[in-house]
Amino acid sequence: MGASIDTLINREYQAGFVTDIEADAIPRGLSEATVRLISSKKNEPEWLLEWRLKAFRRWQQMAEPHWANVGYSKIDYQDIVYYSAPKSAKPLGSLDEVDPKIRETYDKLGIPLHEQKLLAGVAVDAVFDSVSVGTTYKEELAKHGIIFMSFGEAVREHPELVQKYLGSVVPYSDNFFAALNAAVFSDGSFVYVPKGVRCPMELSTYFRINAADTGQFERTLIVADEGAYVSYLEGCTAPKRSTNQLHAAVVELVALEDASVKYSTVQNWYAGDEEGKGGIYNFVTKRGKCAGARSKISWTQVETGSAITWKYPSVILQGDDSTGEFYSVAVVNNHQQADTGTKMIHMGRNTKSTIVSKGISAGKGNNSYRGLVKVLPKAENARNYTQCDSMLVGNRCGAHTFPYIEVGNNTATIEHEASTSKIGEDQIFYLKQRGMSAEQAVSMIVSGFCKEVFKELPMEFALEAQQLLGITLEGSVG
Amino acid sequence: MLKIQGLRATVSDKEILKGIDLTVNAGEVHAVMGPNGSGKSTLAQVLAGHPAYTVTGGSVEFDGEDLLEMDPEVRAQKGVFLAFQYPVEIPGVSNAYFLRTAYNEIRKARGEEEVDPMDFLDIMEQKLKMVEMNDVMLNRSVNTGFSGGEKKRNEILQMAVLEPKLAILDETDSGLDIDALRVVANGVNALRRPDRSTIVVTHYQRLLNYIVPDFVHVLANGRIVKSGGKELALELEAKGYDWVTGPQGAAA
Repeated sequence: MGASIDTLINREYQAGFVTDIEADAIPRGLSEATVRLISSKKNEPEWLLEWRLKAFRRWQQMAEPHWANVGYSKIDYQDIVYYSAPKSAKPLGSLDEVDPKIRETYDKLGIPLHEQKLLAGVAVDAVFDSVSVGTTYKEELAKHGIIFMSFGEAVREHPELVQKYLGSVVPYSDNFFAALNAAVFSDGSFVYVPKGVRCPMELSTYFRINAADTGQFERTLIVADEGAYVSYLEGCTAPKRSTNQLHAAVVELVALEDASVKYSTVQNWYAGDEEGKGGIYNFVTKRGKCAGARSKISWTQVETGSAITWKYPSVILQGDDSTGEFYSVAVVNNHQQADTGTKMIHMGRNTKSTIVSKGISAGKGNNSYRGLVKVLPKAENARNYTQCDSMLVGNRCGAHTFPYIEVGNNTATIEHEASTSKIGEDQIFYLKQRGMSAEQAVSMIVSGFCKEVFKELPMEFALEAQQLLGITLEGSVG
Repeated sequence: MLKIQGLRATVSDKEILKGIDLTVNAGEVHAVMGPNGSGKSTLAQVLAGHPAYTVTGGSVEFDGEDLLEMDPEVRAQKGVFLAFQYPVEIPGVSNAYFLRTAYNEIRKARGEEEVDPMDFLDIMEQKLKMVEMNDVMLNRSVNTGFSGGEKKRNEILQMAVLEPKLAILDETDSGLDIDALRVVANGVNALRRPDRSTIVVTHYQRLLNYIVPDFVHVLANGRIVKSGGKELALELEAKGYDWVTGPQGAAA
């Protein structure tokens, strides 16, 4: 009697539609010629091609890492299309020239690109498969000296800045997927906030994978010069497809003296179906460098999508008195797997880091927190606080925690707290007995669990994140 | 208001309720007493629709409708309220948000407009007084880190806010000191009205000194074995359950 929690209906992945658009795609496969082809399609300068080629040669010598607590069948790197761009995409031009079909796609996703209907207070760079199709509020931001454009444009218009910072936080040789990205990356966003400027609006990139069998390899580079502040949001979706697609992005953040960068992600790539068929492999390298004294980098991520997530947004605390933060909610349902966490590398004196990780596992999902707190010998008075909580929904899912702590200076203060709880029929029944539906009940319990992370997100994002969490968990419980 | 006929229910294939007949009219307070394991709490849970229990026979009519056909949230929306014996903790969700959501869900179901947070605080002010609670309680997470007494008071607060037609109190008195018992009873008595009914499930007669019932029923081994007026509770207190159930009754 009564509806048990596992009888909830699975709601559709709402971003799962495909846009029918003519694409300029290159043949499958990866070789030096592919790298040269991508570079030439983007009319890149010689130095960038050289950098790509070095990365490619390095990648060829590397082996795919398998230390993460995830399992998947072998990726055939020769069976991926490394570049696909809508034919109508022009390298530059006003937003009103954006192909109506693409504009419609973003409208459906709630990201209007029309000049009249722009999201208030949020500038958006829209990346569709391998290219940026438009950036909003560009002129407005330029008034403050802020550069916000697609990576490709930045290479053309601000080569000195790109050359100075590209690879300065995540070198092309960093790891297998970072090397692959460096070799074939197609587009992404570039942000530069000049000295003493507080960016007046949220900057945002919306990544959309549309084409089949295509990998998305975008690169984001954000530089906050001395005393600057910027808050950046990232959103991602993809159509429902029965084959897996690879997304191997690199994000580099640089905060100079007294600068502050806040980076928020709501990741909602297609997660595959209930049987675990299809979905995005989200293998991402994200790292920030607090290069100057008193600088701050804060990562907030809500990971609800992808078949497999493998990412560790990290902070190198180089400047004295710098601060690194990592707030994360990762939820897995059905056959999703996530191995995510952070690395806080304390190098400067009086550096401080905070890690708050909330992992939610439902269905047959497997969720791992993997984190490293490293205090180097010269980092006097380093402080870290880590809180790592897991919530289990049902009894076929898994939660794992792999915290690593390496302390090389005995003045450090390191705290680690962890908990595991289970969402039970009793909690749900309690809320139902107070008139709430099972969906509301699950969403209320889960948002309570994630409260400390949600409060770090900008308002509109927090609401979206809460809804996404609800949708991801629907039909999961049991 | 409530008509239970031949109600049978099992939990993990074990029959707990073996044919309950009980009629509760509007405005009445019924006490359901009985030894441990007699099925008192099961009856409360079955009426609220807990999924762990399976109804295997009989019927329950609430305001002329088949209660057993309804999902737990629909029962709540129609005015059935269960004060839990073991209130559940919901970390990170403020009591105020939880109460407002519940209040609005029930209003929505009745076709009434939702109440915004400011107006809701006004409503809460008088309700808090009723259960002698401080408004600090509103900002704490639901039942999280509450003492036993606070949890029970919080149940009565919810009842006061939701104003149910039928309130079922499941051993609300267990684990309460005499002051908390008085507060809980005052809350219940303040809500007594000719159009509302209450079922008080309790092991001890003590609570019935404060909430005076119109009828008392003794449950043993899944059946009502004796019914009477309020004096029956006193008699039970004096003579013990063996008096009505026989020594075997307590073992069931």
